[in-house]
Amino acid sequence: MNKIFEVPLYPYQHSSDQDASAPVRHPVVIIGAGPIGLAMGIDLAQQGVKVVIVDDNDKVSSGSRAICFAKRPLEILDRLGCGQPMVDKGVKWDVGKVFFDEREVYTFNLLPEEGHQRPAFINLQQYYFEEYLVNRVRELEAQGAPIEIRGGNKVTAIGTHPDHATLEIDTADGPYNIEADWLIACDGAGSPTRQMLGLDFVGRVFEDNFLIADVIMDADFPTERWFWFDPPFNRGQSALLHKQPDGVWRIDLQLGWDIDKEEEKKPENVIPRLKAMLGDDVEFELEWVSIYTFQCRRMEKFRHGRVLFAGDAAHQVSPFGARGANSGLQDTDNLGWKLKLVIDGTADEALLDSYDVERIHGADENILNSTRSTDFITPKSTTSRLLRDAVLDLSEKYEFARPLVNSGRLSVPCTYDGSPLNSADALDGPIKTRPGSSCPDAPLGDEFLLPKLGNKFTLLTIDAEAPDVIEEAEVEVTRLALSVKDDKTGALQERYLGDAPSAVYLIRPDQHVAARRPSFDENLFRAAIRRATGKE
Amino acid sequence: MTDLILTPNINRADDFYAELLAAHENLSKEESDALNARLVLILANHIGGRAVLSQAIKAAQDAG
Repeated sequence: MNKIFEVPLYPYQHSSDQDASAPVRHPVVIIGAGPIGLAMGIDLAQQGVKVVIVDDNDKVSSGSRAICFAKRPLEILDRLGCGQPMVDKGVKWDVGKVFFDEREVYTFNLLPEEGHQRPAFINLQQYYFEEYLVNRVRELEAQGAPIEIRGGNKVTAIGTHPDHATLEIDTADGPYNIEADWLIACDGAGSPTRQMLGLDFVGRVFEDNFLIADVIMDADFPTERWFWFDPPFNRGQSALLHKQPDGVWRIDLQLGWDIDKEEEKKPENVIPRLKAMLGDDVEFELEWVSIYTFQCRRMEKFRHGRVLFAGDAAHQVSPFGARGANSGLQDTDNLGWKLKLVIDGTADEALLDSYDVERIHGADENILNSTRSTDFITPKSTTSRLLRDAVLDLSEKYEFARPLVNSGRLSVPCTYDGSPLNSADALDGPIKTRPGSSCPDAPLGDEFLLPKLGNKFTLLTIDAEAPDVIEEAEVEVTRLALSVKDDKTGALQERYLGDAPSAVYLIRPDQHVAARRPSFDENLFRAAIRRATGKE
Repeated sequence: MTDLILTPNINRADDFYAELLAAHENLSKEESDALNARLVLILANHIGGRAVLSQAIKAAQDAG
C-alpha cells in the first residue's frame, strides 16, 4: 500500500493561464501548498476571495515533521471547516515524563482546563494534517469556491510593483507568467520567495543536529511525552519519544554539532541507536529518518508591499514547544480577514501593517520561548550545564525546581497586547480576555462558544442590551446574546465576566477581542469597530 | 519558625533562569564559579534565618 505522502494529491495539470496571450491577473496567489499555504487558501476561499496556490511539488510532506498541534490552531481549523478529522485521527495526550541520566525525575500532567471543545494538544503527522487540508480544498472546490492548487508549478522569478506582483512559473509544459494583486509566501524556512526578493532573515543559529526517526512498533509505551536529559543511550545529549497515530512513534535524538549527516542517517547507524533506547527485544520498522539543525530567527517585516510572508518563511523557531506550524496557522488566522477587507475596499491597505505588528509580536514570543528551551536542553557552557543539571537533580526531590525544567514551553495563543487595533480595556474583567486576547472557549449547554464566533465581527453581549446588527464604516457586526443563566458550568462567567455583572465584547473574525465594556455604548463601539479595522 | 520553601515560589521562573544564564555569559569557568559563590552569600544574607539556611544546605546535599 502506498503511504499517503507517496501519492500525488495535486498532480500538475495544464492551466488555461499558460495559453493566455498576456499574463492573467489573480487577486491572491499563494506560494507553497504546505500546512500554512493551504490554511491560508482555505480561509480566503471561504470568504469568497479567489485564490491560486502554486507549489513545485504535488504531494503532502514526507515524514511526520510537525506533529504537535495545540488547541488554538485546532480552533482555527474548526473555523476552516477541517478541525474534526484532525481531532478524530490525532493522539491526545496530557502526561509527560522527564528522565535525567538513568532516573525518572518526575511526571507532569498538562491538566488542561475543562470546558473547551478542543484538547490541549494532539499529535498528528504533518502528512495527515496536509491531507485533511487538501480534502477541505477539494470539498470547497466541489461547492464552487474559488480555490485552485497548481502542483508542479515552480516559481522561478518574482517582480514587485506598487499594486501587484508578477510571477514566472516553470512547469512540465514550459514557463508561463501570472500576476497577483496580493502574493502570500508560505514557502517554508528556506523560502525561495524571500531569497528571490533578497530579504533579510536574521537570528541565532544553534550548532546542533537532531536525528528524527518515525518508528512503527507495537510497543506498550503509554501515550505520554517522554523526554530524556543525558540518558545512558545518548550520553551528554537529549532524547524525546512521542506517540503518533497508526502505531508510529516519533523519536528525536540530539547528536551534537560535529557529525557526518549522511552517515548518521543510514539505517545501519540509526537502528543501533534506537535499539539502545528501546531495548534489544522491541521489534520496530523505520518509516522515515531525517536530520535537522535549527535556527531562531525572523524577517524584520512580514509585509513587503504587495508581498506577505507567513509561517516558517517569515519566522523560524527551534522545534521545542511546537511553535512552528502552530504559529504559522495563527499567521493565516490573522491575515485572512484583514486581506479580505482590503481586497473588498472596505479597509485601507494600512490595515495589513497590523499583521506585521501583531504577528511579529507573536514570532518574538515564540523565538524567546523556544530559544530558552534550546538553551536548557543543549547548554552551551560548563556553567550553563551545571545549572541545568542542578535544576534536574533538584526537580527529582523538590517541587520548586520543576517549573525551571524546560524541555519545551508548549505553544499557547498569542495575546496582541498593545496592538493598534485594540481599544482600551474598559471592563473590570478577567485578564485572560483583555483586548488582544484570543477568545477562550466555554461550554454553552450541548454546544460551545467558539463555533458561534469567527469569520465575521461579533458583538458578544453577556446580560447586556445591544442592537442585533451594527453597521459601521461598511463593516457589519452581528450580536451574539448570552446570559449567565445559560452558563451551567460557570466557565463563561469565569472567563468573560469575572466580578463584572455584565459585559459587551467586540470580537474580530479571528476570534480575538478588540474591545470590551460593561455595557453597550453606541459611539464607543462604533469607534472600536473603526479602530479594529484600521480606520482610526 | 519559617520552614524552607521547596514548592514553586519564583514568579515568571523562565525569566529568572534566563537572567541567571545571561549573568554568566562570556565568563570563564572561574569567573562563573566566583559569581555563583557571591550569589549564594547574597541570597543567604537576604534569608537571614539560621535554621532555614541549615535546612537549605541539607536540601542541596540531599539532592546531589
